[in-house]
Amino acid sequence: MRQEGILQHTASRLLGLIPTLLVLITIAFFLIRMAPGGPFDGEKILPPEIRANLDVKYHLDEPLIKQYFRYLGQIITLDFGPSFQYKDWTVNELIARGFPVSLTIGGLAMLLAFFLGTLIGIVAAMRQNTAVDYSIMGVAMLGISIPNFVVAPLLILLVAVYAGWLPAGGWDWSAQRMVLPVITLALPAIAYIARLTRGSMIEVLHSNYIRTARAKGLPEYLVIRRHALKPALLPVISFMGPATAALITGSVVIERIYSIPGLGSYFVQGALNRDYTLVMGVVVFYGVIIILLNFIVDILYAWMNPRIRYNEAQ
Amino acid sequence: MTASLSIRILIASSLMLLASCRDQDGGFAPPHEKRDQPVALVLLEDGSPHPTVLAQDQTVTRGNGEEPQTLDPHQAEGVPAANILRDLFEGLTTEAPDGDIIPGAAIRWNISRNAKTYTFYLRRDMKWSNGEPVTADDFVFSLRRAASPETASPSATMLLPIKNAREVLADELPLEDLGIALLDEFTLQITLTGPTPYFLGLLTHPVAYPVNRRNLEEFGDEFSRPGNLVSNGAYALGDWKHRVSIELEKNPFYREAENTIVDRVIFLPIEDMSVEVTQFRSGALDWTNEVPNNQFTWLKRHYPDELIISPWMGSYFFGFNLEAEPFVQNPELRQALIFAIDRQIITDKVTQFGEQPSFALVPPGVEDYIPFVPEYADWSQEKRNGEARRLYELAGYSDENPLRIEIRYNTSENHKKIALAIASMWKQVLGVSASLVNEEFRVFMQNRQQKVITQVFRAGWVSDYNDPYSFLELFRTGDRRNDYGYSNSIFDAVLDEVATERLRARRARLMFEAERVLLTDFAIIPIYSYVTKRLVDQHLQGWRNNVMDHHLTRYMFKLKSRQAGEAVVEKEETAVEKEETAVEKEETAVEKEETAVEKEETSVEEEAPDTDMAVEEEEQ
Repeated sequence: MRQEGILQHTASRLLGLIPTLLVLITIAFFLIRMAPGGPFDGEKILPPEIRANLDVKYHLDEPLIKQYFRYLGQIITLDFGPSFQYKDWTVNELIARGFPVSLTIGGLAMLLAFFLGTLIGIVAAMRQNTAVDYSIMGVAMLGISIPNFVVAPLLILLVAVYAGWLPAGGWDWSAQRMVLPVITLALPAIAYIARLTRGSMIEVLHSNYIRTARAKGLPEYLVIRRHALKPALLPVISFMGPATAALITGSVVIERIYSIPGLGSYFVQGALNRDYTLVMGVVVFYGVIIILLNFIVDILYAWMNPRIRYNEAQ
Repeated sequence: MTASLSIRILIASSLMLLASCRDQDGGFAPPHEKRDQPVALVLLEDGSPHPTVLAQDQTVTRGNGEEPQTLDPHQAEGVPAANILRDLFEGLTTEAPDGDIIPGAAIRWNISRNAKTYTFYLRRDMKWSNGEPVTADDFVFSLRRAASPETASPSATMLLPIKNAREVLADELPLEDLGIALLDEFTLQITLTGPTPYFLGLLTHPVAYPVNRRNLEEFGDEFSRPGNLVSNGAYALGDWKHRVSIELEKNPFYREAENTIVDRVIFLPIEDMSVEVTQFRSGALDWTNEVPNNQFTWLKRHYPDELIISPWMGSYFFGFNLEAEPFVQNPELRQALIFAIDRQIITDKVTQFGEQPSFALVPPGVEDYIPFVPEYADWSQEKRNGEARRLYELAGYSDENPLRIEIRYNTSENHKKIALAIASMWKQVLGVSASLVNEEFRVFMQNRQQKVITQVFRAGWVSDYNDPYSFLELFRTGDRRNDYGYSNSIFDAVLDEVATERLRARRARLMFEAERVLLTDFAIIPIYSYVTKRLVDQHLQGWRNNVMDHHLTRYMFKLKSRQAGEAVVEKEETAVEKEETAVEKEETAVEKEETAVEKEETSVEEEAPDTDMAVEEEEQ
């Protein structure tokens, strides 16, 4: 019965994706076009003849509503159109090139953060209110509060410029170029996850069934592994949905500082340059990713938490 | 505990990862601080470097700001793309290291008596990077493509001096009516609307580069991608990893391939200037695109030999909105505000990068032109302040009735600092209460253009070609870029005369007159003239500072590193040499004609050199 419930839930959630996306596309489409200035407005003003040619070429001469439906038509065929700024490439190509990079860095950072964060959190919880706990949580607080635009240049200066161990930036899919960005991205997430884990772990460790488990004489690590870990990770899981979405779609700061060709700068660049198609492309893409990840979190949650069951009536 | 154990393992493994990376790559490039010094430069008689001083690996890595939008020369816009395109393609004319216009694809040209018809004679031995010959037809085809409304080139403005270009762009005349004619396989003729002395310079712009017709027909919109692009310049497109790097390989078919020393150029799009500096310091870059203003003092101390600062073809100024209060018909007030700014403090303490305080519109260093210098330029700042106060009161303002205005600029640390400095100077000298308004670039530009809410706003101009007209044009009545609302019929009339004047000297005088009118109308607040600032590795030689900041890689070469023993002697030598080059630089202005002649002689092979590049009279 439970299986069926999840399937139904999955289907309805996937269907729910469509109106959400439609609203997202509509709002984003009109918002970016409401912003003053267009893709061809710059310090060097184009002669009217040239400007008119460009507008025709990119259909900017059409009424807005017509452009909107033209865009919807394109989206249905998964075609995000040509980029206004990077004229040699389509938005699809740009995303196809940028996303694997962001996914790799963000994904690695998230994995690192998850394992290291929970580990640290558990250790802190088990040594609650000891020097170990305080120092770990103190460092974690630092990790959360120091922004990555401070950490990144510091790391570059120490590791790349002074020590010469790793390259200062750039990208070629090699491990040595991933180390610094992954660490920088992971640091705040590690800290956050550690704090979350610690909190919930302490709560779980105080519950009755843990006391029962201990009373049965189970060794402490088995108590943690078999009984405490799953419920203690629930808040971490719900944090990881949106956090992963944010990490794997790229961070502007990290990409700028380490010169990484990820997806993140397209949000900012696209918006600043009024590159309508690029902005729309990354917004829709980001929307899909975040909806999907939230959805996965839901499923995981249901699987891990005995208190949540879909269609309990059945 | 398992936990602490696995932490230890993790740390150990990450250390191992670090260590293994280090081994793989031979320790990467060592930190710049420990980098070797180059050997002293030894030149052969023809001016090229002696082979024994050259480094084995002639790969140059250049920081290049943003990712270029496209490598289609007719679609490209902006400095980063142009830097790459200048290495990939060659127009009818090209530039020498010091920026002089020299023969490119055309070996020589004749200019008609009325200065409106240019006949270009192409080199007969030129080839595309795929081995096909370059002919006059390629240029006719390409210039037509660049001017075609279908191409919708954003840089087509550069082609407007060509006869009928405006009509062709507006789709009112067919492409064939563009003033370009094919005379024979290696000769073409370009007819202009009016005499345009800077036209030969315009031809070095990417929009005037040839594209390979067959290449274009085969690949359509994708012809400018790696693997497809065929070019006629010193380099061919190797690999383009989007937003990672663009690699150019030496084009073996290029006419000067034998004398081109650098065989690989890597352009890295690094948007953040501080990142560029760290990359340079870690040894990953030979040449940065720029350096951040706030690191000047530090760089000057630690990289005195690498830091290169040189005048650039741009002016930084603030504009008045002359169509709105309080500046309409109020020259006294404008004058007071202009006088009350201490430009020396702005360049010394705020921008701090060796910028030249400016009192005019046209920057120094423009060919054959001396900018107008207003009288107050020679005054002391005290005298200016005194005069400013007098004029301020004359305009009807006082401490009881102070002027309240907004200074508007697009969001940027640098603009903000300068606006702040100006506001406090006005406050201090005149008691003006100025508030700062920052806006995102496109919003700012739109507000400027609408001329409704702007009062004093950030402005500036960097020219695409070496001619004062580019600056003056902005202030013509009705020009779409005239965000100042400046309108003076005398100024317009002088500019009209400039457009039809074919004698260089008289034309320069007219432009001087136009600039004088503009500045004595107190239409803008000049602040400083731009400089280019970058770090260049000392191994990289062969380039020269020039006011356009165009640096073709084919002139460059890399010296090998000095061995430990020979250090002392050579240091002296390089010092002497440096002085020499400095002297040389000063002399270049004088020598210009000579070098032009020399250069032509070296590049000409079969055809009898027609050494005089100036106007050769020819009956039409």
